[in-house]
Amino acid sequence: MRQVYLDHNATTPVLPEVLEVMLRYCRDDFGNPSSVHRYGRRARVAVDEARDAVAALLGAPAASIVFCSGGTEANNTILQGVAAALKDKGRHLVTSQIEHPAVLDTCAYLETQGYRVTYVPVNADGIVEPEAVAEALTEETILVSIMHANNEVGTIQPLAEIARLVRERGILLHTDAVQTFGKIPTRVDELGVDFLTFSGHKLYAPKGVGGWYARPGTPLRPLIYGGHQERGRRSGTENVAAIAALGKACELAARDMAREAARQLQLRQALEHGLRERIPAVRIQGEAAPRLPNTTNVAFAGVEGETLLMSLDLQGVAVSTGSACSSGSLEPSHVLKAMGVPAEFLHGALRFSLGRSTTREEIEYVLAILPGIVERARALSPAATP
Amino acid sequence: MTRYSDLVQEHFERPRNVGEIPNPDAEAVVSNPACGDTMHLYLRIEGDRIVEAKFKTMGCPAAIAASSVTTEMLIGRRIEEALAITRAEVSAALGGLSPQKVHCSVLSEDAIKAALRRYRPRQTEG
Repeated sequence: MRQVYLDHNATTPVLPEVLEVMLRYCRDDFGNPSSVHRYGRRARVAVDEARDAVAALLGAPAASIVFCSGGTEANNTILQGVAAALKDKGRHLVTSQIEHPAVLDTCAYLETQGYRVTYVPVNADGIVEPEAVAEALTEETILVSIMHANNEVGTIQPLAEIARLVRERGILLHTDAVQTFGKIPTRVDELGVDFLTFSGHKLYAPKGVGGWYARPGTPLRPLIYGGHQERGRRSGTENVAAIAALGKACELAARDMAREAARQLQLRQALEHGLRERIPAVRIQGEAAPRLPNTTNVAFAGVEGETLLMSLDLQGVAVSTGSACSSGSLEPSHVLKAMGVPAEFLHGALRFSLGRSTTREEIEYVLAILPGIVERARALSPAATP
Repeated sequence: MTRYSDLVQEHFERPRNVGEIPNPDAEAVVSNPACGDTMHLYLRIEGDRIVEAKFKTMGCPAAIAASSVTTEMLIGRRIEEALAITRAEVSAALGGLSPQKVHCSVLSEDAIKAALRRYRPRQTEG
């Protein structure tokens, strides 16, 4: 059976060139970077080179990059670490209603620790309005955290404008850039952020590696103590093979970014256009907003997303639902709810996220099978409840 | 996403008794407002026995499979026996539903009870 992977926002395969690097530092140059001997020195060089590659993608000094286990740890470290470092200055944070759970759940934890958090809404296009952020700021606000692009709908947030309003108040700004890092430009000075979270496995490096950027001089209490690795900012023996792999993935991302973004955007537009042409009652979330070139969230009225997902899976196509229903909660996606998506579409959303391997033939295959799948699910559905 | 049993998958791929019964002897529409699932159950009853059951459901694969297996369980049962069907039996008939999906079997039990509690035998004319 044909296999079509359209869930690159969930994770990506490790590229062959990246795997080569990874294997080298697992098998041959396996030293501990803290060791003084040649094995250690070779591993240290690998970590330093990877830091340079990440720094180049962010337009930041290498010393401002810290490696850790991934996006969730980075978000936890920044939110908890800034909160702890600045608790005498204020105990108020501002974030948005459409953040990833790694931010939202950390904020919920901070609320149990005596901090106050304001969750700024988004407009119908899934955009955080800079004025809404500005209005939420108080004398007590110590940190604002707004994601660069949303993982479910792909909307790109107006960070530079938000940054201007936040920083003129002397408040720190963090962005979770896990979905944009390697896909679109993420230069920290253009974004105007003080902290930025990145992850490896969304850009063809392995899972279990990621990190953050912290503008030099910003206060941040570590989350993990131990052997003083990463200059004491994140202890624990460096995951050398994965870090080296991430460095290689950054090089490839930088090399191919413009070309891949344009190519994937074209395929995504073909997908959106085709779905709309072939299937009635379709809604594309955030359609009017700037969005990631590889991401589209399409809802089909009167059906349940998981039913479509499973039917697609049975025919070899891997996508995801926007809905959190599958993760145990019955509630529809917090992102779609925040955007005010109409009820008939709220449960029937699918997220397609394209990647380097996506071809026109794959998009055509989806366009060939999905109309029948939606039609079948709709035929199973009761007519509008009397 | 939840892993489904083979029975859920089988009923999802080939649901039994999908459709509507025109002028049914009993019917009910029930929904779970939280997850948005809706089931419409139609029954044809002769004497005190269910002779035909059909459904239409909007919901996840587990909800569709639960609806399908419920119609199989209903056909041939007497009304009292049908009213005794529990969510646990629906779940068991599908090889067990995961905790996140138990609510799908609740929808079936609710639909049976809602349809049959409202049921009054037709008065034959003349």
